[in-house]
Parts: sequence; C-alpha cells; structure tokens
Amino acid sequence: MDFGLTDDQRDIQRTARDLLAGRATPARVREHAEARRSDEALWKELCELGWPGIAIAEEYGGQGLGQIELSILCEELGRSLAPVPFLASAMAATVIQQDGSAEQRARWLPGLASGETIGALGAIADGTAELVTSGGEADVFVLIDEDGSGRIVSRAQADVFPVEAIDPTRSAARVSVAGDAGEAIGDGSACAGLGRALVSVSSELVGICDRALEMTVEYVKDRKQFGVPVGSYQAVSHRCAQMLLDTEKARSTAAFAAWTADADPEQLAEAAAMAKAAASDAGREVTASAIQAHGGIGFTWEADVHWLYKRAQIDAVLLGGAGSHRAQLAAILARRAGTPVG
Amino acid sequence: MDLTFSEKEIAFRDELRGWLAGNPPAPEPGEGGEDAHYAWRRDWQRRLYDAGWAAPAWPAEYGGRGASLTESAIYFEEIGRARVPMAANVLGLLLGGPTLMVWGSDEQKERYLAPILSAEEIWCQGFSEPDAGSDLASLKTRAVKDGDEWVVTGQKVWTSGAQYSKWCMLVARSDNEAAKHKGLTYFLMDMEQDAVQVRPLRQITGEAEFNELFIEEARIPDANVVGGVGNGWKVALTTLMNERAGLGFALQIRLRQLLDDLLAKAAGRGLLEDPRIADALAELHVRCESIRLLAWKGLTDVERYGQPGPEGSLVKWLWSDTNQRLTQLAIDIVGAEALTAGESWSYELLRGRGNTIEGGTTEVLKNIIAERVLGLPRLKAVA
Repeated sequence: MDFGLTDDQRDIQRTARDLLAGRATPARVREHAEARRSDEALWKELCELGWPGIAIAEEYGGQGLGQIELSILCEELGRSLAPVPFLASAMAATVIQQDGSAEQRARWLPGLASGETIGALGAIADGTAELVTSGGEADVFVLIDEDGSGRIVSRAQADVFPVEAIDPTRSAARVSVAGDAGEAIGDGSACAGLGRALVSVSSELVGICDRALEMTVEYVKDRKQFGVPVGSYQAVSHRCAQMLLDTEKARSTAAFAAWTADADPEQLAEAAAMAKAAASDAGREVTASAIQAHGGIGFTWEADVHWLYKRAQIDAVLLGGAGSHRAQLAAILARRAGTPVG
Repeated sequence: MDLTFSEKEIAFRDELRGWLAGNPPAPEPGEGGEDAHYAWRRDWQRRLYDAGWAAPAWPAEYGGRGASLTESAIYFEEIGRARVPMAANVLGLLLGGPTLMVWGSDEQKERYLAPILSAEEIWCQGFSEPDAGSDLASLKTRAVKDGDEWVVTGQKVWTSGAQYSKWCMLVARSDNEAAKHKGLTYFLMDMEQDAVQVRPLRQITGEAEFNELFIEEARIPDANVVGGVGNGWKVALTTLMNERAGLGFALQIRLRQLLDDLLAKAAGRGLLEDPRIADALAELHVRCESIRLLAWKGLTDVERYGQPGPEGSLVKWLWSDTNQRLTQLAIDIVGAEALTAGESWSYELLRGRGNTIEGGTTEVLKNIIAERVLGLPRLKAVA
C-alpha cells in the first residue's frame, strides 16, 4: 500500500503549481473575474503544454495519462482559481472517451486534447441544462439525462444563453436543446465516465479548500486584536482545525476515487459518490469558514476569499450536491445490505 | 499510489485468516461478570500466544513475527473481521512491550517481555492523575530515592485493568526542583503490594473498566526505572505514540463493524427508504471510509518517513465524533427499546461519550492540529 504520488506525478504537481503561481496570480484572477472574461492567454499556454489532453489517449493526440494525473491538475487549477475552461472541457472529454463510440471519439477527442475545441458538461432536465460551467465559450456540450445517458450536442445545435453565475472566474450558460438534437453517446446507456467527471470536480474542490485554509492560516497568524494574533484564540484556531479536518476528509476520498478510476473501476461509482459528497460539503464549509475567520475584511470585495467561496458554491452543486450523492450511496448500501445479512 | 496489498502481505493475511477460522475462542461466558469475561480474554490471548499470533509486530527475538506496520494493521483488521476479542494484555502488548524495546535495559527486556506475550503478567498504565489529565506533565505523584529503592506516593486515575495487573507503567515526579517535564521518571511498579490500593471507577455505563490507584509509600527497586531517572517524559511519549498507532487502527475496524450492523438493522426495518436515515447512514459511511483511508495513509507514511505525524490527531478526532454520531443514530433506527438496560446499543451510546475524552480530548487534539500541523501561535497559558 502506498498513498504517495509517484515521482512523475509529483513533477506534474510541482510544475503546475509553479506555473500557476506565476500566471494565475490573485491580481490576474481578479482582473478577469471583474471583467467576466476567460484568461485566453493562459488557456493558450496550457493548451501548448498539453494540459487539456493529459488524460486523453495518445492515439487522439493526448498524453494518455490517468485520472490521478488529471486530478492533480484540477486540484492545482482549483487552488489558483485560474479563469480557464479546463474542468468543463476535461469532464466532457472524459465522458466521450469512456462512453463514446469509436467514431465519436475520433471526431471530438483530438480537438478537446489540443484545446482547439472547448467542451462543457451539463445535467439536462426537460430539454434544458441550467448553469453549464464554461458554457459561454464551449464548442460542444455533453448533456447528461436524468437516467445517466448522455448526448453530444454541438454549439450550433443548441440554444445557448449566457448566465451571470455568482462565480465570475468562469463563464456559465443555460443550454436548451430540442428533443432529438445531437447524438446519443455510445449505445445510449448510462455514462460510466461520469464517475471520473465527479472525481475531477472533487479534486478541484480539494484545491479550493486547501487554498482557503492556507489563506486563513496566514491571515489569523498576522491579524492582531487585544495584543495577540487572533489565531491564538481557540475559537479561531479550532475553526481552522475543523477546516483541515473537512479538507482532509475530502482529499482522502478524492484520492481514493481517482485511484479506483484506473486501478479498480468496479469501485469507482461508489468511491466517486463518496468523494463528491465529502468535497461538496467541505467546499461550502471551508470557504465559508475562511470568510468568517477573515472577519470584516473577509466580507469585502477587496479580499480574495470570496472568489474561493463562489467557485466552491458552483462546484458543490455541479453534477449533484452532497445530498444527492449520499442518496446514491445509500442506494448502494441498501443493495449490499439486501444480500443475506441474517 | 497503490492501494493494494503485496503478495507477502496477502500471504500473511491468508495465514492469519485461516488460523482464526480454525481456532475460534471459547464461547463468551454468559455469567460471572467482568472477572469471568477477563479470564476468557486471558485464555484467548494464551491461544494466540501458543500459535505465535499474540503480537506479530514484535521482533522475532522477543517472540513476535517481526511483522511490518502494514501487516500489523492487517492483523487488527482480521482480528476485527473475525469478531474475536482483544487480547487480555492489550496494554502490555501494544504499549508496555514496545516501550521497553526502545528504552528498557537488556535485563528488563529479558525479564518482562515474555510474560507480557503469554498473558502471564498483565500490565496497566499509571499516567493520568485527578489533577493531571490533558496537562499530563503537571502530575504530582512523588518518587523519593531511599537506598536502592524508590518510595512512591500519589494517586492515579483511569487505570484500566489495574485489578488484574502485575505491573504498572508509572510516571512519577522524581525531582521537584527540575522543570515540569524534566523532573519525571518512568517506573515499573509491582501492583502486588499493600501500598497500592485499587478502587474501581464506575463509569456512566455502570461498569468499571477503569480504576483509581491510591499509592502510599509503595516500593520500587531502582532496577525498575525505565530509560533513566529524569527521562520519564520522553519514555511516556513513546508509550503514548504507540497508543495512537496500534489502538487507533483497531478502533476504526470496530467502527466499521458497528456501521455494518446498523445498516443491516436499518435495511431489515425498511428504514433505508427514509431519506433522513439514509442520508445520515451514507454520511457515516463516507466518514468511516475516510477514517480508514487516513489511518492507512498515516501508517504508510510512518513506513516511508519514520515517525507518525501529528496528523494522527485528525483520525482520532474524526473516529470519536463519528462513533458518537453512529451510536446516537442507532437509537433512532432501533427505536426506544434500544434505551433499555442490557441492550448493546444503549451500552455503545453511553460508552461512546468517553471516546472524545480518552486518549486525548477533542479539544486538546484541536490544539495539537492548530499548533503543530497548521503552525498557529500557541495560546498563552494562564498562570
């Protein structure tokens, strides 16, 4: 048993963190968020580095690495809040790669791997997908029906209405399609690739939590009231401890789910539901705590914690919130308990 | 990342699993109270000992198997899975023996280790005092040198198994002048002397797992000092570190079993259809899995980097809180009759209240996490 990353994976993590520390600085993220603009220069650079194709097979122009590597990038992009459509496009590509027909893979994956095509993933009900992340610039949509089946819809085949979501670091759109628009993914059965997509969002949430905790610890060490750093008060330090516990709960389950995706796919559905349940809760709690621990400053537009809170709110409901994933888990547990238990 | 066992580890697990299947403990005594129950666990340890399974983590030269940390964790998983009792001398096996292996003299290892393993001599732990709980280093039990003996006077509390014990791992103040942590010495005290009185401490479950020790001029030969005079704090930390590591792993497995029992109960009553119950159970499942993953991660970190980190405090905190939630939910699932005396869930509910206190209160764990993991400034103690 080994919970550590390999040397190669650590390299990816370090390279990504260093790059984003220089490119997606808080000031730059703020500039794009306030203008509600994607950072096209950064996206172009990430595409040149091959990031969008990290987990896409080499035959389609990707790097052919696994979910763990993809999750590393999602986590780092979450930490930095980079205003790029990475997560949405990676999730769309994942589903097409896992569940699409050979023809669909050949048609869409090369563009998604190079970043020339931007994908987005949304859950659709009654012909409409609300709040599709990065839907503003997406060229192709993977829309998941309530029964888990999916279809691929090009932008031209859909009605795309831009929406101003609370997280201005990424675009959002409401996407409506006619009943027969686009084509069914694969044989039309439930998309197994959704499990991986859930892991990717969960990993991004882990990065957001990690950054929120880091900023909070820095702040409460520095901020003095009554002559001492506020972080020396247990009301504050115990809040920080709780933030760490929530973050580690999310991190451990997300890491496990990422591992199952390639090493033990039979466990993926359950592990992904666990990861998303833990990460959705942690994302909300930890970023809310970050605002609280920053005091009045945390409530101002000028402080950067609110961007984390807003991104976490969107991610927490993306592909189902904690409650819906716990309901899924309960169903799995019920099936298991249904086998002879005395 | 590789969350699978090696071939060697699987072979270890299969051998143990096979042995446990073929060698169940004697039936649990229905009457005779705690004494009969303890005798049963002592007999069970003897069986484990005869087959070489009492303490696989001990080095072969002391009668163990030199099992790796992972194998040792597998051992506790299998012991838990087979639902056999804990060995009677758990404190000697997990805390006393390993502490002696680090700090004991050759003579001490020679004299004490074998009878720990065979359950011939039971060990208990005399650390906490009425006025020294979380602030352990403020303990007041005094040890005064008298020729080649020490004369010890004081009071200890929360001493589990004291009534069955031959030896007590005792930390006492041997130097009043020295700084708080420096004046302590770690002794092995013979419990079989009149100067040591054991009084059972009845807890909220009604049973007496723990005791108070009243020590009035007990005699301890100088040869029973462990790790040197004035070095007691360091030796005690070795004991406490083993407490977190070994016991911690066994506890998360026990939690899993309780959750599985509760799930079966809920399913049997059709309560998994109730969204509120289903949601609460699913959350417990997520927590249980997270505890398992964090416990394994902590363990493999030790294998890779040596010492366990302060992150172990997270596991203990999450475990204790989860066990309390679980036992409280059990009352809702089983119904009011779960609250009648003698019901196992009522026992679990009450016993669970101790979880966030014993082995480091949740409040102290949060302090440790804040200061040692997050690097937050320490709160200044009020003089």
